[in-house]
Amino acid sequence: MAKIIKPDEMLRSINYTPPATDWMETPNDLSPGRFAYPAKLDKMEYLIHEIPGQFGNPRTWNPTDDDWQLPPNWKEIVVNGFRERLDKYRSLKIFMDICVRCGACADKCHFFIGGGDPKNMPVLRAELMRSIYRGEFTLAGKILGKLTGARVMEEDVLKEWFLYFYQCTECRRCSLFCPYGIDTAEVTMMARELMHLVGININWIMEPVANCTRTGNHLGIQPHAFKDIVEFMVDDIETITGKRLNVPLNEKGHEVIFITPSGDVFADPGIYTFMGYLMLFDAIGLDYTLSTYASEGGNFGMFTSADTMKALNGKMYAEANRLGAKWILGGECGHMWRVINQYMDTMNGGMQGPQMQTPVSPITGTVFKNAKQTKMVHIAEFTADLIKHGKLNLDKSRNSDIIATFHDSCNPARGMGMFDEPRYVLQNVVENFHEMPLGTIREQTFCCAGGSGLNTDEIMDIRMRGGLPRGNALKHVVDKHGVNTMACVCAIDRATLIPLADYWAPGVKITGLHELVANALILDGEQERTMNLRQEPLPGFEEE
Amino acid sequence: MKAIYSLILVLALVVIATLGAGAAKMQTIFAYCVPGTAFAIFVIGFVAKVIGWAKRPVPFRIPTTGGQQQSLDWIVQNKWDNPSTGPQTAMRMLLEVLTFRSLFRNTKVLLKHDDGKNPIVAYVSAKWLWLFALLFHYSFLVIVVRHMRLFLQPVPQFIVAVEFVDSVLQIYTPIVYQTNLLILAGAGFLLARRLLDAKLRYISLVNDYFPLILILSIALSGMYMRYIAKVDVMAIKDVVMGLTTFKFKAVPASIDVSFFVHISLVSTLLAYFPFSKLMHFGGVFLSPTRNLPNDTRMHHHENPWNNPDIKPHSYEAYEDEFREPMFEAGLPLEKTPEEAA
Repeated sequence: MAKIIKPDEMLRSINYTPPATDWMETPNDLSPGRFAYPAKLDKMEYLIHEIPGQFGNPRTWNPTDDDWQLPPNWKEIVVNGFRERLDKYRSLKIFMDICVRCGACADKCHFFIGGGDPKNMPVLRAELMRSIYRGEFTLAGKILGKLTGARVMEEDVLKEWFLYFYQCTECRRCSLFCPYGIDTAEVTMMARELMHLVGININWIMEPVANCTRTGNHLGIQPHAFKDIVEFMVDDIETITGKRLNVPLNEKGHEVIFITPSGDVFADPGIYTFMGYLMLFDAIGLDYTLSTYASEGGNFGMFTSADTMKALNGKMYAEANRLGAKWILGGECGHMWRVINQYMDTMNGGMQGPQMQTPVSPITGTVFKNAKQTKMVHIAEFTADLIKHGKLNLDKSRNSDIIATFHDSCNPARGMGMFDEPRYVLQNVVENFHEMPLGTIREQTFCCAGGSGLNTDEIMDIRMRGGLPRGNALKHVVDKHGVNTMACVCAIDRATLIPLADYWAPGVKITGLHELVANALILDGEQERTMNLRQEPLPGFEEE
Repeated sequence: MKAIYSLILVLALVVIATLGAGAAKMQTIFAYCVPGTAFAIFVIGFVAKVIGWAKRPVPFRIPTTGGQQQSLDWIVQNKWDNPSTGPQTAMRMLLEVLTFRSLFRNTKVLLKHDDGKNPIVAYVSAKWLWLFALLFHYSFLVIVVRHMRLFLQPVPQFIVAVEFVDSVLQIYTPIVYQTNLLILAGAGFLLARRLLDAKLRYISLVNDYFPLILILSIALSGMYMRYIAKVDVMAIKDVVMGLTTFKFKAVPASIDVSFFVHISLVSTLLAYFPFSKLMHFGGVFLSPTRNLPNDTRMHHHENPWNNPDIKPHSYEAYEDEFREPMFEAGLPLEKTPEEAA
């Protein structure tokens, strides 16, 4: 991790007064720490072959160099790509046309709040592109130029795009406040697509995309290794509960296929959430299988391009068909659920096999009518329904040492609207729960500042600045209520909120929702539990 | 600087109209040709722009969800902020367009200091922008409706009623319309915050100052006509009716030059409208993050350019690559290594 300044220094450095230079005149700061590393050459060469039409100009390059080794006709490629997208997306065209620069979005972005860089005001981030729109595509802009906020595409503009469209986590908080619903996430997605055409990219996104394509998950875990990891978790569950679970992998003929972000398989504390899922399925006797081919719920294609998103998402239906599953249960993940809720059926609905049916909970008989088209249910919806029907045997006291709060992840919040399901589950498995302040939760929630492929360590300063609003709200409930645990339903959160909490609100543990569920969940025939899923002693079993 | 450019631009328009219609005696041009042309540009430009938007596809349903989704029966859906049906979405749009609901949410971020030590980030309610934006837009609407009396003979009861309510305070002679004052307050606030808030000044363009100053000037010139010059309204109505019915008459000499200034500024606004950010008036209705239900898990949405050639890396290719280790690990296979060989 790059060395960064101390929290109090960072707080004091925040200044919302814009610089004296006009934003078009402010030079790009491309010093180390200001950008994420570019993609590795072999990953791009692989992807150009696998997902055609998305990626251009594979090479090894360095953002600190003056020469980015762009193709000679790069300007033409970008401008034509821009024009093409203006015709393919009503959203883009309208967002370019109607912004009145009222400034309502200006102080809604976590990166602006924590940093003060005016180009992190959503309005100005969009103007980085809108200025090109005016300069390249409108008559007034061509004639009047800078006076009307117009400029033409230049290499410095592309560098500016690289800096600032990779300082947007596509969290959509600004779009909630915009009187016209202008969505910077949409603008960022378009800008990133254009940059990919000329080979401007970051490795933290492209390597996962390549890995997801080839091995099925973003970490590049191969199938046999995936099986080993699941076995380790089954071992750990046996240590904790005395029960050895059977976890089907790649098996045909099960009712449900379960797909979760692979971060849950690999990284602490996601693995505890994964163990939580397995224990839940055992407790209710769910007829399910996991898949190593579709072992990634998260979709880094969303941070890349629409077609990449589609190609990666298609694995879910392809595998459900191959294994004969009737419906898909999805794990805790943020952007995965925006893809499922707003893109999946539109992109790949035609792939659904005839065996797929409107999801019905085999335990409660509840028909998930809200998922009748995609055939995919969120595990928080599924578990909330189980608890509501009294199908889970829960002992909250095992979580009695936990004083919890809940972090709404951006995408389930503003790209889906899932607020009360996880809260209902959480409040049924913990004794102490406190909300963070209004204005920082539910639809107004703040990003972890590592979403959309930015959870990489080389930009830790940017991430911690962007993490200030969440961190400060967390600190508030730590001081006020003694909160020691922040639960979330997102695998990226489970990775990014740990350094964020360590930095801004030290001492808070980050957990997935189903880790807490499984701690409280009593399995048939389990031994007396003395430790939680992290193998720490339960309340009442602490050693002397 | 950008504000000053905009001001100079508007003043230049005033001077042109004053000299053109006053000194140069080109009243006919300023009374008929300029507004007629401007109106045509407005209508054609506006319609063309909206058609241009409407023709473009909406590949994905991307509503920004501002509340609880429709999910399990016992979980209460927030139907206005996260609609899942057409009527609910219409309600969301009505609230957006008529009450500026998103702007009502506005907050302001503050860095406060706890007893002089560490700053705390706080979010305070900031409804001023919402309030003055609402005042400005509704005043504008009422004023446009009131002006319809000049275009219609006989004057409809509805317009008389609007005038009555708008002048209900009965102050000054001629009686002051409240919206005259409110639009000055609204536009004045919007201009002042652009000039005084450093962040807003930083993002503001000529495109932002110019329409505000233009609208303020239109309001002021209109008020000048009514309260100071006390122009001959009947003569003006004759001219306006002539314009709308294409029965052009000689412009009466009794019409004060301020009328020509006013109508020139309005003409500028009309002609400028379709090419400017003022098109948010049309665009807000078509914004895909607001005007679509959050229902693509329930109903299929068709993307007209969905590319069927984009397919996932196939399971067959995956198994071909990893068959040996999968076999050794005991994972189920479509083809054993022997079958594949």
